[in-house]
Amino acid sequence: MKILTGNDLRTGAVIWWDGSGWSLHVEDAVDVGEHAAEILAREEAARHVNASYAVDAQMTAEGVRPAHIKERIRALGPTVRPDLTLKPADPSALNWVI
Amino acid sequence: MYQYDHYDQAMVDTRVEEFRDQTRRRIEGTLAEENFRPLRLQNGLYLQLHAYMLRVAVPYGTLSSRQMRMLGDIADKYDRGYGHFTTRQNIQYNWIKLEDAPDILADLASVEMHAIQTSGNCIRNISSDQYAGAAADEIVDPRPYAELLRQWSSFHPEFLHLPRKFKIAVIASDTDRAAMKLHDIGIQLVRNDKGEIGAAFYVGGGMGRTPMIAPLINPFVPIDQLITYSEACLRVYNRYGRRDNKYKARIKILVHELGKDEYTRQVEAEFAHLLSQGLEPPLAELERIKAHFVDPPFEEGLPDDLDLGDPDFALWVKSNTVAHRRPGYVVANVSLKPVGGIPGDASADQIRLMADLARDYSFDELRVTHAQNIVFPHVRKADLYTLWQKLDAADLATANLDSIGDIIACPGLDYCSLANARSIPVAQKISERFAARDRLETLGELKLKISGCINACGHHHAGHIGILGVDRKGVENYQLLLGGCEGADTSLGQITGPGFSEDGIVDAVEKATDVYLAQRQDGERFLDTYRRVGMAPFKEALYG
Repeated sequence: MKILTGNDLRTGAVIWWDGSGWSLHVEDAVDVGEHAAEILAREEAARHVNASYAVDAQMTAEGVRPAHIKERIRALGPTVRPDLTLKPADPSALNWVI
Repeated sequence: MYQYDHYDQAMVDTRVEEFRDQTRRRIEGTLAEENFRPLRLQNGLYLQLHAYMLRVAVPYGTLSSRQMRMLGDIADKYDRGYGHFTTRQNIQYNWIKLEDAPDILADLASVEMHAIQTSGNCIRNISSDQYAGAAADEIVDPRPYAELLRQWSSFHPEFLHLPRKFKIAVIASDTDRAAMKLHDIGIQLVRNDKGEIGAAFYVGGGMGRTPMIAPLINPFVPIDQLITYSEACLRVYNRYGRRDNKYKARIKILVHELGKDEYTRQVEAEFAHLLSQGLEPPLAELERIKAHFVDPPFEEGLPDDLDLGDPDFALWVKSNTVAHRRPGYVVANVSLKPVGGIPGDASADQIRLMADLARDYSFDELRVTHAQNIVFPHVRKADLYTLWQKLDAADLATANLDSIGDIIACPGLDYCSLANARSIPVAQKISERFAARDRLETLGELKLKISGCINACGHHHAGHIGILGVDRKGVENYQLLLGGCEGADTSLGQITGPGFSEDGIVDAVEKATDVYLAQRQDGERFLDTYRRVGMAPFKEALYG
């Protein structure tokens, strides 16, 4: 599946396209099929997202999982600072990244 | 320390307001990202893996207590309570909001700091010896010369759009503590037979994709021609450096392709032309700058002995302090490499504490080192025990300087959008593997450096042991290098062979140290043994 990501213009936070807007949580990401370019152009123009692009991902039993470790680190947060990730209370979250 | 005059302050304040307006227009939508990006980069604001990252310049690594305190306050007020000291003596914040960036720059300007030219294809922050002004072996304090170069290179209209970024280091002793020969220009201040100060120019060094050791192109440029000669070096590069291929755009490629002799010939020709143009600032300006770097009010007749009755203190003194040029004083290093910690990171509280300790015990001065540590340059020996106790209470007294625990590591894939692999977890595992005091002492000086990609921000080429993270079909993989070194005998590390997994690279490092311990002769460091026995026994142990 193809999912869309980028950074929030004001905060820089990593965000994911959920079909109608942008979410901080990769599990909300939806498959955009062949529509990546048109969605990204529209959203960038509206300044809803910055530095956006499409990435490969798989739908797993745990939900959407980006194919590349770089995107999984973006989705969760730095592996060396679990306290700063989106799931600071979940010790298994790092296993999802690696 | 140098203090801004009204020109410096006006330049920085003006830039803050310019950027405030540019940021406002970006958020409002009248400035597109493609137009805004170069503007934010010129102000040190990157877009990294998780957020905007702000890189703040620390000129030649020198900070006052007031500046250091502000760095801690910024970490709390605008970031997530910590900062990361870098291999170019700067500090980076990883979680910056775009809308906050102008306010941060204004706060920095209030303590005579900025983030200008910490990104982009321009002359970056001038780096120097972290012991400048305190080292027993320097011929002169290099910082006034670094400051002169900073003023020359700031907003230099001709050099704001170079083929690639450009890094200059200035030192003034034979012991190179700034990796000078691995810079685009390395300047060593020297004294000639007549006792005059001049500058030896090494040009075309660098790490990254194509590591090169800078050749010496001129052993003595008179000090009253320092800026003119620098200008000539830059002009030849700006004219002929490649702009068609970013991987071949650094000056090291130009010097290599032209050859040292031809590059030097062109520089000398340009230099001769420039001498007639009268662009060298008057020596009075250098003298004005020097007046900012006079000695602090050192006391005379201080006792030169230390009570080493506390064994933990004695260990730290042995590991983390170096001789000062004045009796009764010592240079104290704060390792930002606690066992299992993140190299170069310090919390806001730790940063503020170091600011307070510098005020109380080091004449208000601190230094950032390219090894991602902090220095108190002028500590009375009589105060050292108290200083150590206060550092120890804040987890800032790890006794591991220049050991295998004192690892340089770039932010890697945990933070950096350019990285291919994580650096920090590897550093943490190695640090923990070799944490035992007897192991550190047995291994002695062993500089280990880790980069998460070929750009080599972690200086892996210059590590006695270097590690380079690569992406092998989406999986992190780590190459091992041996034999690198910065300093007077600079050498580039050689890759041992096929790479290793994250855990495998930790085992590989241990095997390399086992070979060293088995092969070393009296007094040899790891690097000495490697240079004597070569790669073969290490390869045998790693892959045999």
